[in-house]
Order: sequence, then C-alpha cells, then structure tokens
Amino acid sequence: MQEQHGTYNVKSGLAEMLKGGVIMDVTTPEQATIAERAGAVAVMALERVPADIRKAGGVARMADPKIVRSIQEAVSIPVMAKVRIGHFVEAQVLEALEVDYIDESEVLTPADDQYHIDKWKFTIPFVCGARDLGEALRRIAEGAAMIRTKGEPGTGNVVEAVRHLRRVNHEVRMVVSTPEGELADLAKELGAPLDLIKKVKELGRLPVVNFSAGGVASAADAALMMQLGADGIFVGSGVFKSQNPEKTAHAIVRATLHYNDPKVIAEVSQDVGEAMPGLEMATLDAKDRMQDRGI
Amino acid sequence: MLAIQGDVREHMRHIQRAGAESSLVRVVRDLEDVQGLIIPGGESTTIGMLMDEYGLIDALRERTQRGPFPIYGTCAGLILLATTVIGKSPARLGLVDIDASRNAFGRQLASFEVDLDIPVLGRAPFPAVFIRAPQIQRLGRTVTPLAWYRGQAVMAEAGPYLVSAFHPEMSDDVRIHQYFVEKVRRSLTVKGVS
Repeated sequence: MQEQHGTYNVKSGLAEMLKGGVIMDVTTPEQATIAERAGAVAVMALERVPADIRKAGGVARMADPKIVRSIQEAVSIPVMAKVRIGHFVEAQVLEALEVDYIDESEVLTPADDQYHIDKWKFTIPFVCGARDLGEALRRIAEGAAMIRTKGEPGTGNVVEAVRHLRRVNHEVRMVVSTPEGELADLAKELGAPLDLIKKVKELGRLPVVNFSAGGVASAADAALMMQLGADGIFVGSGVFKSQNPEKTAHAIVRATLHYNDPKVIAEVSQDVGEAMPGLEMATLDAKDRMQDRGI
Repeated sequence: MLAIQGDVREHMRHIQRAGAESSLVRVVRDLEDVQGLIIPGGESTTIGMLMDEYGLIDALRERTQRGPFPIYGTCAGLILLATTVIGKSPARLGLVDIDASRNAFGRQLASFEVDLDIPVLGRAPFPAVFIRAPQIQRLGRTVTPLAWYRGQAVMAEAGPYLVSAFHPEMSDDVRIHQYFVEKVRRSLTVKGVS
C-alpha cells in the first residue's frame, strides 16, 4: 500500500488522541502559550471568543490568517480554527494554512442556510456541533470526523451543554435497544442515515469522538460533562473571560483528567478567582441563540 | 494502561484481544497492580506534565530500577520514553537512548497510513497509522530498530522498552500488542527464576 493521506482513519484518529483533554479558545499567541502551559491538548485560534462575538454583533467570520499563523508558531500542540457553516472557501484557506482541525461552527455567522460543507473533499479533518443524535450523524455523513455537543456558546452557562449531551446519550440508548427491523423507522424519526444508525447500534456509542462545548466555565462544569460521558472538553470564553485565566485553565485541565475524584476537583477549584460572568438562558432572545444555526 | 489522556480505549481493546488483562493507571498507587505499562498516543506535553505533577514519573523510574518493567510507548509515548527530545521538550521518563523530534513528519495535513514491513512480526505487512508523528533522529547503541520507513527507524526496542512512532491501536492488527504482552510474560518468568 502506498502512503495515504486524509483517510477517515487518519482524520478521526487525531480526535482519538485528544480524548480526555481540554481544547481552549485563544485569540493571541500569548493566550495560546498560557493554554499549552496549563496542559491543553489543542487550541482553537479565533478572532474573538464567543462571549465577545455576542457582544460585538454583526457578521462573525473566519479569523485573520495572521492570527492563525502567529498561534501556530507559538505552540507545538494542534491548532484548530473555525469557519462559517457552509463556507467551504474559508475551509480551503484554513487547509492552505495547515491548521490541524477545522471547526465548522455555529459560533460564526452561517454562510449557507441550507448546506454544510462537503467535508469529504478535504484532507484536513472537521469537527461539527450537534444538539442531538440525528444532527451528529448528519454531520458525520457529510464527513465530520469529530463531534462536539453544542451547548450555548459564550454564556458561561452549562445547562444547554448538559441538555445536548443527555439528549445524545438518550438517543444512543434508544438506538441500541431498538430491534434491527425497526431501525429504518427510527432513522427517519431522528433524521439520520440508516447505515450510521446501524453503526451506533453496533458500537453502543457515536462512531466518532464526542467532546462537550458551549458553556463550560469551571472545573466542576468540566468534570460534570466528563461524568455525563463526554470524551473531552472545549472551553470557549470560560478561560480567558475569567478573572484569572492561568488558574482557571489549570483547574479545568486537572478536573477533566480526575473527573471522578471530587477531592482533586475541590483542590484545583480552590482560590481560582471568579469565573466568567454567566448568562441565564431565559434572558437570551431566540435570534441570539447560536445553537439553532445549521442543524 | 496509562490513562491520563489519549486513545486509551483503543489500546485496551487490543490488549484484551492479545489475551491479557489491562487496568487504568492514573495515580501512583494504580501501578501496584500492573506488570507492564502502555503509554498511549495523545499530547506528549499534556501527558508528561500531568504524569510529573502526580508523581508518576518518579514512581515509574523507581519501579524500572528495581527490575525489568516493560513499557511500550506509541507516538506521544515514544516522546515520553526518549532520553533526548529535540525542540520543546516535555517532562518525561527518558528511559530509551534515542533523540526524538516531535511532529517531525509535519502537521495533520501530513498524517498518513501505510503498510510497513516489521520482520519480528512475520511476513505480512503491518497497517501503520502515523498522526502528527514523531521521528527518531538518533538510535543509541542499546537500541534495536524493528521497522524502517523513509529511511527512519519508526519502531525500536531497548531491553524491556518498546517504542513506535505510529499507532498500532488504530488498526485491527494486534500483533504488536501480542509482541508486547509476550515481553511482559517473559519479564515475569525471569523474575520468577531469580
């Protein structure tokens, strides 16, 4: 066999290597270095963290390549970056920049209200958000090699992250307990391709790595998502919108590793300063909910 | 199975298929019950830092000094076993006399899979998956290369230690895990005799 690049094995493989780890949003090389020193397994390079995107309003786009490059130079861990949903040219640009993973993300303003990017065409792997199993499997059918439950980005409120992960877990259990002959109907109900539903039944879980995102703001939040079955954690605004980013980052990484050890979580949570100011979901207008984009 | 971070589940499945039992090692006391250790793929900076913080590096060095204790490192595990790391070097065990260079095959765009000839495993080629893989730039005199690719040693052995730049746990082939399990069995027999 000749050397093969961009195979699904190689794409989903990198996500497997990130399991049990924390991926942090960063906007400068200095923040990237703080994340790496705290033990992050990867960083997400972007122009603004979700909380600031919310504040700024307007159209949020892929980051300036200069920001991406400067972050790639600053750290040796993988660098991810976000593109707008459906914006395959932004994805081509990020592939040309040789980022390690592309996040087709609802945090940015969608560029296509009907189609996601055809991710099979790329050598670089993609991660996509999902609120339920059907959404996750639709993204996988489009070529996503990693999933993150969406939560509600930039809120510092973990409630939506919990809701989405529980829903995925619940629907996986539903698939597992449904007899073979009734799977086609369930696939239709969930809006997911039948072959992937069969795969879920066979494995008893999502066929790719699933991280939790959108609202993790403390060490205890991270451990909560891990105990609920997340493979790892994305922290967006939670680190660099907190009072003490170094300490918060440090605590979240350790709580993610020792998520089943409340003593460790207590120890690392001590004296980290204030978490980011949070948003109550009820105060959020429907138009400001990022999770409903690209479903 | 060192379970700080990385693809722990895939390795455990392979160990089971190779006919051995595995358990998770997260803190020092977990080491009491194991006769060998696999360090999985993951981020070497993260794994090394957290191993060090929780005393695992000292505990493992001490354990290896007491007698042969087989350790197999894949990808990030290779970095953590290397005596020398070129460039940014993470906290590590440093038990195998090699110079390792992190992500030397390139970023994710350069990740690949290929069939390798590994003579110690027999004639059938081994499906090897390289993900942001490290390279071995120098082999010490005590280190035996077991597989080569593009003029580089990509798998090597030194006494009780085994390293590979690629991920055998990402394929269905369990021969490397069988090879390691056999190493662990032999080390137990030797201890039993002495």
